[in-house]
Amino acid sequence: MAYVADAPKENFRLSMLIYDTRYRSITIQVIVLILALLFVGWLADNTIKNLAAKDKDINFSFLWNRAGYDIGQQLIPYTNDSTHSRAAVVGLLNTLVVAFFGCIFATILGVFAGVLRLSNNWIVSRIMTVYVETFRNVPLLLWIILSFTILSEVTPPPNAFRVTDEMIASGQAPAASMLLNESVAITNRGSDIPWPLLERPLGGADMAGVPINYAVVVSLLLLAASFYVARRNSQRARKTQEETGERPVVWWQNLLVVVLPVAAFLAWRGFHLEYPELKGFNFRGGLSIAHSFTALLIALSLYTGAFIAEAVRAGILAISKGQTEAAYALGIRPGRTMRLVVLPQALRVIIPPLISQYLNLTKNTTLGMAISYLDLKGTLGGITLNQTGRELECMMLMMAIYLILSLIISSLMNAFNASVKLKER
Amino acid sequence: MATPTPTFVRTEMLGPQEPPISQSGAVKWLRENLFSTPLNSLLTLLGLAFAYLVLRTVVPWAWNGVWSASSLGECRQIIAETLGPDSHAACWAVIGERWQQFIFGFYPLDLYWRPVLAFGLLFCALGPILYFGQSGNNLRIVGASGLLTLGALLGVRHFVAKANPPSDAILSDNPMVLVIAVVIFALLGVVAKLRPQKLVWFSILYPLIGFYLLWGGSVWAPIGTLVGFVILALVWYGLQRQVGVVVAGGAGLVTAAVWWIWVQSAVTDKLNNAIPLGLLYERSDQFGGFLLAFVIGVAAISASLPIGILLALGRRSDMFLIKTLSVGFIEFVRGVPLITMLFVASLLLQYFLPPQTNFDLILRVIILVTLFSAAYIAEVIRGGLAALPRGQYEAADALGLDYWQAQRLIIMPQALKISIPGIVSSFIGLFKDTTLVALVGLADPLQGITKIVRADINWKGIYWEPYLFVGLIFFAVCFSMSRYSMYLERKLKRDHR
Repeated sequence: MAYVADAPKENFRLSMLIYDTRYRSITIQVIVLILALLFVGWLADNTIKNLAAKDKDINFSFLWNRAGYDIGQQLIPYTNDSTHSRAAVVGLLNTLVVAFFGCIFATILGVFAGVLRLSNNWIVSRIMTVYVETFRNVPLLLWIILSFTILSEVTPPPNAFRVTDEMIASGQAPAASMLLNESVAITNRGSDIPWPLLERPLGGADMAGVPINYAVVVSLLLLAASFYVARRNSQRARKTQEETGERPVVWWQNLLVVVLPVAAFLAWRGFHLEYPELKGFNFRGGLSIAHSFTALLIALSLYTGAFIAEAVRAGILAISKGQTEAAYALGIRPGRTMRLVVLPQALRVIIPPLISQYLNLTKNTTLGMAISYLDLKGTLGGITLNQTGRELECMMLMMAIYLILSLIISSLMNAFNASVKLKER
Repeated sequence: MATPTPTFVRTEMLGPQEPPISQSGAVKWLRENLFSTPLNSLLTLLGLAFAYLVLRTVVPWAWNGVWSASSLGECRQIIAETLGPDSHAACWAVIGERWQQFIFGFYPLDLYWRPVLAFGLLFCALGPILYFGQSGNNLRIVGASGLLTLGALLGVRHFVAKANPPSDAILSDNPMVLVIAVVIFALLGVVAKLRPQKLVWFSILYPLIGFYLLWGGSVWAPIGTLVGFVILALVWYGLQRQVGVVVAGGAGLVTAAVWWIWVQSAVTDKLNNAIPLGLLYERSDQFGGFLLAFVIGVAAISASLPIGILLALGRRSDMFLIKTLSVGFIEFVRGVPLITMLFVASLLLQYFLPPQTNFDLILRVIILVTLFSAAYIAEVIRGGLAALPRGQYEAADALGLDYWQAQRLIIMPQALKISIPGIVSSFIGLFKDTTLVALVGLADPLQGITKIVRADINWKGIYWEPYLFVGLIFFAVCFSMSRYSMYLERKLKRDHR
């Protein structure tokens, strides 16, 4: 009878910490931990010494002091008497608004360019290739500065729009005129666009410094309710289709349900557009948009659009040709094949790079600094930092906010990704 | 009785007929690619109209541009005289007058040979890396970059002689420069001809040579740094058999750090006193334009790849602590914008380093940009590692290779090959992002230099020309990088040959 003896039990020796692969990883981790702690301690020690040498401390109370500077674009009320923290919030909102519109425009542009780049039409695909390669290979900063320079140096000053009595008498046209049926004025000071107003507004309230307009709230509630009803209607139609095989036509009902209540409400309160008008030395009325915002939005959308176009193209190319051929064999036309067969499948490949492009766009809004767009970097990390001299606090707070913002965007998009992902077992 | 030959039977084959005119040649191409459907025809016409409108504006504007003038006003006057009062044309004269600022920033005029030589040698150093496995190309690259560099040196010399009064004594060492350059390139050529594989040693030494050429100072400082690296390599090589790669590397790093921090400066000071040898020291604020973009770009690109590989391996490591640290670092860096990292370099590093440490802003920016880009490259390489089939890891284990052997021989060659497009697009992004250093006060070509040029009273109001010039150079560099990555992908492709 043969026994398989256990391997002789080795006694632990100190040298095994280095020579034995079983223990080596523990040794390495312990050493790395010690080194990392030492490094962090060294940084903290240096920081404390440096702060002491400069007679400073780490103190965030400056956030509640008067800011004392103006911000051109403010989504919530802000004056130079407001606090630094409110300035930071205004800046954060400016970051978010440009990132939000930038993502939308870049997506539209990118999907169009990506699809058209694969078009059979030689000249269209070439034009799109030139667009994508030009924007991908030249720094974003150049596009931002160039569009800002062109907007603010080529456009006419407001008084070029003036029509005087003598000019009317002599039949002379003004040097510049407004666009889109006299509603949009682009001057060297900014763009003036019409703004919706109500003749009989519902009033509003102030909620922790954020003004709430009841009319907007009511409209949003109405829209939400309408969309819910429209969705129920579509579900009912689908059920009928599954039972009888015939789908009732519901699109016009849905359209009416969505549009009518809001339109009726707005008409009841006297909805109209306020147009910008030249009064004195500048345009009054309507909404005035600073060129720094427009330039940043244009540059970010065009630049990120080129990257999204590449992601879309790669996604479409990843779908096997058999899918298209099968759709053609079923008699589906090319446009519908793209919309119903290829794009839904390509979406799964496109979304992960799309997430990182949205993140990049959000982070790239900081480049607005080059054209004095006061976003979070411009307020908290710019003027507030320079005025208070609290580099450490401002930078840490700003980095934390950007980090949280990135994490929120990526988790939202990851959730969306999970919902469209191919459901596998 | 002879059979009568039937006259209706052909004796020879008919040649194939020409295809119908609509199914061949240009007509077929046009029908298929431009006018296949009504919608396509419409798109074609719209595209043609668009292209025509753009070209009709841009081509005459660029072609009729004025090349010699001393101010924008003079430019416009010349255009009005030659082309008529209301015509528009480019004023390239601004490039002709200020190109040296766009390229070299504020680097002293009579020292232009140093960046030129460093740039030429860069290509010799890149040769063995870019075309690895094809050492025949090394000689061609050394020859071509040598000839181009000598041409550029002669051109720069001519330019400097024209700009400086001829009596200036500074120029006296310039012929020596040409001789030195010829000798260096001849030596490199001989190495490339006889031992093409050995040229890679020049690539390894190049970072020190390049930094020394650009910044100058005592020749002993880079040699001292080099000695540190030699110590590191020796310690690592001596110990790695016994204690493993990681521990040996750590020990080597500690020894080298001891040399760099405590010993080096004493030794190099002594040597410098004994044999003072060196070039004129250049301060960092004299760097600018594309010189700055290339210094930051090349340094950060070459340093971020190894760090990125290590971070990617750390993120996939079995060791919990290493993994946590890597993930934390990567996610933190990827979550914040690059500008905040640059501001950390310019504002916060003074808090984190020991009091009275004050080192160069360019170096600080390079370090932070490197760390930033390393995190992105780590994610790209992690994707490549994840795409490798599990069998490859298991096969490496089955062969009895240890971790580092498996990584070096089996995993990395395949993972890096998969991640080439991502790595190169990170590099392109990094090179484009070098323009952001303008926001911390360095004179990059785009914001820094162009702002200075546009602030000049002579060139006030000019915008298309300088931005176009800078944009074209960036485009050329980035586009060739992306084409190179496509070439590399094709060359390394191993399946479906």
